[in-house]
Amino acid sequence: MEERRVAETLRAAGAVAASSAPWSRMSPRGGGLRRFARRRSSVAVLLCLPLLALIGGLVLYPALYAVWLAMLNKHMTRFVGLGNFLFLLHRPAFQAVILQSVIFAVSAVVFKALIGFLLAHLLHAVPGRSQRVWRGLLLLPWVIPLAMSTLGWWWLFDPSYSAFNWVLNVFGVPSVPGLGATWWARFSVILVNVWYGAPFFMIMYLAALKSVPEQLYEAAAIDGAGAWARLRYITLPMMRNILSITILFSLIVTFANFDIVRILTAGGPQDQTHIFATYAFVAGIQSGDIPLGAAISLFMLPILALGAVFVLRGITRRSAEQAG
Amino acid sequence: MAEVSIRKAVKSYEAGVQAVKSIDLEIADREFVVLVVPSGCGKSTTLRMVAGLEDITGGEIWIGGDLVNDIPPRDRDIAMVFQNYALYPHMSVFDNMAFGLKLRRFPREEIRKRVDEAARILDITALLGRKPRALSGGQRQRVAMGRAIVRHPKVFLFDEPLSNLDAQLRVQMRTEIKKVHQSVRTTTVYVTHDQVEAMTLADRVVVMNQGRIEQVGPPQMLYHHPATRFVAGFIGSPAMNFLPCRLERMGACLGVRLSETVLLAVPASRTARYEPCLGRPMVLGLRPEHLTDPREPARPDAARLDVAVDVVEPMGMETLVHFVIGATPACARVDPATPAVPGGVLALHADMGQMHLIEDAAGSVV
Repeated sequence: MEERRVAETLRAAGAVAASSAPWSRMSPRGGGLRRFARRRSSVAVLLCLPLLALIGGLVLYPALYAVWLAMLNKHMTRFVGLGNFLFLLHRPAFQAVILQSVIFAVSAVVFKALIGFLLAHLLHAVPGRSQRVWRGLLLLPWVIPLAMSTLGWWWLFDPSYSAFNWVLNVFGVPSVPGLGATWWARFSVILVNVWYGAPFFMIMYLAALKSVPEQLYEAAAIDGAGAWARLRYITLPMMRNILSITILFSLIVTFANFDIVRILTAGGPQDQTHIFATYAFVAGIQSGDIPLGAAISLFMLPILALGAVFVLRGITRRSAEQAG
Repeated sequence: MAEVSIRKAVKSYEAGVQAVKSIDLEIADREFVVLVVPSGCGKSTTLRMVAGLEDITGGEIWIGGDLVNDIPPRDRDIAMVFQNYALYPHMSVFDNMAFGLKLRRFPREEIRKRVDEAARILDITALLGRKPRALSGGQRQRVAMGRAIVRHPKVFLFDEPLSNLDAQLRVQMRTEIKKVHQSVRTTTVYVTHDQVEAMTLADRVVVMNQGRIEQVGPPQMLYHHPATRFVAGFIGSPAMNFLPCRLERMGACLGVRLSETVLLAVPASRTARYEPCLGRPMVLGLRPEHLTDPREPARPDAARLDVAVDVVEPMGMETLVHFVIGATPACARVDPATPAVPGGVLALHADMGQMHLIEDAAGSVV
């Protein structure tokens, strides 16, 4: 009788016993390994290992290698520490590149954000099926390969065949040197970047707008809020996280932009439209000074990384506030 | 404070669906009116029409003597409490309550005074600095009410405010709402699908069905004198028993024939009223609480009814007994000490003084 009770007790614990049986045969010295393998976090790490290896190989290693390269001399034979960075800072051409990159990225992101916000609001007001059609059409600039669409813009700005100038001439306005004069060239590369990037802002804002509960607007309308007050006190605070993350992401991507400037102006006229990536290409690849090119491309990293930390901290805090 | 007048109000949607079909309702100043209907019968639409959140297809809505059909919600001087509270998640409790006053450019001291006063009434003073996420369901509901109170509006609108709360909290908040209305005597329109809420809160209950008003009246009137089968079945829990029957003569009086063997005497006082229904298919309406334990002091109009018990549900203070008469399931509410057992026979007293005779086809109470 007693034996049967013990047997039942053991059967009830069968699952645990069965699962631990293979381990129990291991030597006492295998205890640490056994504990490691049975921890859920260990299993998670093991399962993620292939992905971690891939990210390490394709992202982390090149990034660290670029940092290492940026600290070598031109012939990559000697470690020079921050020498390349100090050299660049004292060079007027590079100081101009910093200014141009900031003008390019900041103005492009500001206009992308404003136009995207406006488009998202207009689209949000379009009912059902028509909204899907318009959304698809407005997303086109973002889904067309950038190099191809930039070539199209290049034709539009071409001094001989420019469609813009043709239209201006029809109305008696003289031609505009789209890519030939400094400020027109800067304007053109920013314009193309805004044309390409605004749909991304639009789609992110549209998703954010759709996630704001309709009842908040109804409550605000009853509380006495007009359209402006609803935008200021409901829409914008509710969208702050999406706004921040989109602007941060766009700022990073725009600072790193290469295709548009490379295809439209190749940094010209007289290096007046160079930005970090195109200047790094010229210095590193075309002029054969790879460490200097690496230093140029890494120049904004600390500032953007610091900005990213602050923005992401704000997002985490607000997410916690609005949850539940 | 103001009276609300809904005149021939209609709400139609593009697909041809008519959610509200020409309703007329006069709500007096300071009155607490509850619109009660099962879900999807147009009660929320009616409330939203009063709020201005839904355009009105036809008819007129008047608030405080003003026609408000084309006036936006913010200019109607109303306050609304939503089912999901609709608190602004990025604002503190204080800011949530003060928002409407800030938009109306009230002086800072006045805002503080009003919010403090409302917080005191609702017992949420300690919560003023918190964000909505840090509040329980009941506390959020209080804040939503506070947001309405501080505005001192002409009319309060409540859209199923207790639906998201658990049963215990719902009872507690129901009492709170009643208390608030007693201290802040503002005209209130309250929408719910819960007839218990309607009965306990309302000065007058409006029962709606399929976009139309079935009956309007004080809770006790709706309970004792329902105008239609729908109202009779909707008000009261458990619901009224509806038993197909036929009226027959029983000497000088009338009797209700429920089956071959069951004939219940109708009180003599109702003979004249029911006589035209003789021989026609009718429905006997009798609430479970009027099918009682025979050991209670017998009422003058009580008729004995023997039933075969199907299910017994002890509720503590009472016991529900389920059985079948003819082919119709029915329920009685008896004393917990009644020896009712499933499969056994139980003798009940039908209080025919509380009976309702309903036209089978039209559904109207005779």
